[in-house]
Amino acid sequence: MAVKTVIEAIREGMDEEMARDESVFLIGEDVGNRGGVFLASDGLYKKYGELRVIDSPLAESCIIGVAIGAAVNGMRPIAEIQFADFIAPAMNQIIQEAARFSYRTAGDFNLPMVIRAPWGGGVHGALYHSQSIEATFGHIPGLKVVAPGTPADAKGLLKAAVRDPDPVLYLEHKRTYRLVKGDVPTGDHVVPIGKADVKREGKDLTMIAYGLMLTYCLEAAEKLAAEGVSAEVLDLRTIKPIDQAAIVATARKTGKVLVVHEDNRFAGIAAEVMAIIMENAFDALDAPVMRLTGPDVPAMPFNHVLEDAFMPNVEKILAKAKELAAY
Amino acid sequence: MASVKMPQLGESITEGTIGKWLKQPGDQVKKYEGLVEIITDKVNAEVPAPLAGILKEIKVKEGTTVTVGTEIAVIEESMPATAAPTRPAPTATTEAVPSTPVGEGQGGGATTRLSPAVRALIEEHRITDAELSRIEGSGIGGRISKKDVEDFVAKRAQPATANGEQRQTAASLAATPAATPGTTIPLSPMRRAIATNMLKSKQTIPHAWTVAEVDMTNVVRFRQKAKDSFKLREGIDLTFVPIIVKAVVEGLKAVPVLNASWSEQGVVLHQDINIGVAVSVDDGLIVPVVHQADRMSISGLAKAIDDLAKRARAGKLGIPDVQGGTFTVNNPGTFGTILSYSIIAPPQAGILAMDAIVKRPVVVEGDAIAVRSMMNLCLSFDHRVLDGVSAARFLQGVRRWLEGFSEQVPLY
Repeated sequence: MAVKTVIEAIREGMDEEMARDESVFLIGEDVGNRGGVFLASDGLYKKYGELRVIDSPLAESCIIGVAIGAAVNGMRPIAEIQFADFIAPAMNQIIQEAARFSYRTAGDFNLPMVIRAPWGGGVHGALYHSQSIEATFGHIPGLKVVAPGTPADAKGLLKAAVRDPDPVLYLEHKRTYRLVKGDVPTGDHVVPIGKADVKREGKDLTMIAYGLMLTYCLEAAEKLAAEGVSAEVLDLRTIKPIDQAAIVATARKTGKVLVVHEDNRFAGIAAEVMAIIMENAFDALDAPVMRLTGPDVPAMPFNHVLEDAFMPNVEKILAKAKELAAY
Repeated sequence: MASVKMPQLGESITEGTIGKWLKQPGDQVKKYEGLVEIITDKVNAEVPAPLAGILKEIKVKEGTTVTVGTEIAVIEESMPATAAPTRPAPTATTEAVPSTPVGEGQGGGATTRLSPAVRALIEEHRITDAELSRIEGSGIGGRISKKDVEDFVAKRAQPATANGEQRQTAASLAATPAATPGTTIPLSPMRRAIATNMLKSKQTIPHAWTVAEVDMTNVVRFRQKAKDSFKLREGIDLTFVPIIVKAVVEGLKAVPVLNASWSEQGVVLHQDINIGVAVSVDDGLIVPVVHQADRMSISGLAKAIDDLAKRARAGKLGIPDVQGGTFTVNNPGTFGTILSYSIIAPPQAGILAMDAIVKRPVVVEGDAIAVRSMMNLCLSFDHRVLDGVSAARFLQGVRRWLEGFSEQVPLY
């Protein structure tokens, strides 16, 4: 065990996978000599050379297109989209081609590729550097979506994504990069895709979150404990395929659930989680399932007051959790 | 063994009254579980158990007032629980198990909404209607939560004999009508506190009572004109109460001896003018306090009163909200009364009742008869503290201020 940041865990995960398997390579804007805008691939260019750490043109459709072509030919590409916000030009490649390739070929071909995308707000990134895209891509069958919130899960899920036979959208929250630190098991630490994780046990209510919101929920849970409310925190980790069993189990356990995400509210991941609970745990509910989300506005504002108003934070989570506890 | 002491519930509070013991000796208590209700002024605070264990002894009886720090109970700390809670055998009860889920349409409580989890627990633990009616809901609006039922089941499973006894009592209560006609409404802590305070006031304060008749026509006209735009701007209604409170503040400034308290050492004149505003709530009456009302505009008073009234009705007042009043305004006029004899809230020296504003023919200047909006202001005052002259001067001041009301009086 060693304490690491999320960004270190991601870098280490890529490094180990590239060392383990020669077919793994990295492609993206500035990932080479520059080491990526967030330094996720710092040092990898030097270590593995220009054929395995490829600087791409400023064209996301190209990055994904190249990755699809390489994957179908037996390589295992890790494609970096510099900011999740810039993924839009590659949506055709991802949705029409990558996600459906296995289905289209009746399973004859798989696309073992990872699309890494730094996402999320609270970093004064404004419109083009703050978006959440998990609901948009979670809706697409054939695509796996993961959103780790801790260094251990960041590394473990990256490794799992590289080894997965299907395209995996790997979401790394920018604000967690250097904010969230934690123990990362040594050795070949792989976290299975599709498994949520109870990050804190509790009995009075459950908070379900992922990414940055996990950290906020854990903080809120600590504060709730001081007030005599025992809160469980379930980290989804994987958005798709979502861990239904874990969601239902915790809902059945506490009977009160709050789902938190910073993505827009309408048809967000919370809506899906709430539907799962209603379908499978209605008879165990002690309160309406609640959610705290970003608002349905077109983008994250730059003005810091408005940005704070957009982002869920510990105080807002605490207030909502108290409302749920008091119900 | 750990002793539970009377907590200090507010900065200036030196003593508290035991309202109701929520646990009895022998009861298992969980950490932070409600142990006892403490009454100070008119707010009840539930004191949680400081640790898990068994309540060994209650040292202070209900209704007794003790100083802060006095030992009120003893809890024997429990070892980690070993025995699983035993489920009461269904045969132990003589009551029939309800064939339908308990809840709406079962009579008893109004519309009790039970969550699916609570319904499931009720069925699982065969909780009867009678038992359900005894479970006190801790959720919003008194909703019975899953936790409430679990706590109840845990308590029920505790001492087998007490349990049997309890259930029997419940059964016999349900089966046989009371010996005398009529029913007894159990005293809520609030009812008890009101009773204690009122009795104390009437027994210790020599009340005197005086009435002034006020021509409210100007105020009524002004309010009629201003209320819509006020509501639009401020989001709350402009009622007569903040205007009267403003007038009272002006009156108290002119007659400071009414903003005072009696003590054996002398009459204590208060620096701040803190106006209590009586609010009727479901199970009684509560008097939240507008602190430093002398520093507020009419609009500020309107907001403060609206906020306090809303929180009073929602049961969300804190101890400071009901403390420190130096004078009280009561508004029975909303219910149509024309003369009200209010009881002073000790240690204050006076309470003013606003009675109904009614249109009456009145002789005005030039011996003409006009239709005017008239209101009686009834003042009860502590005759130890002041005399009729001062009381009349106060009422005169309030009356002049109100009658001289014009659009020039600033709302803000």
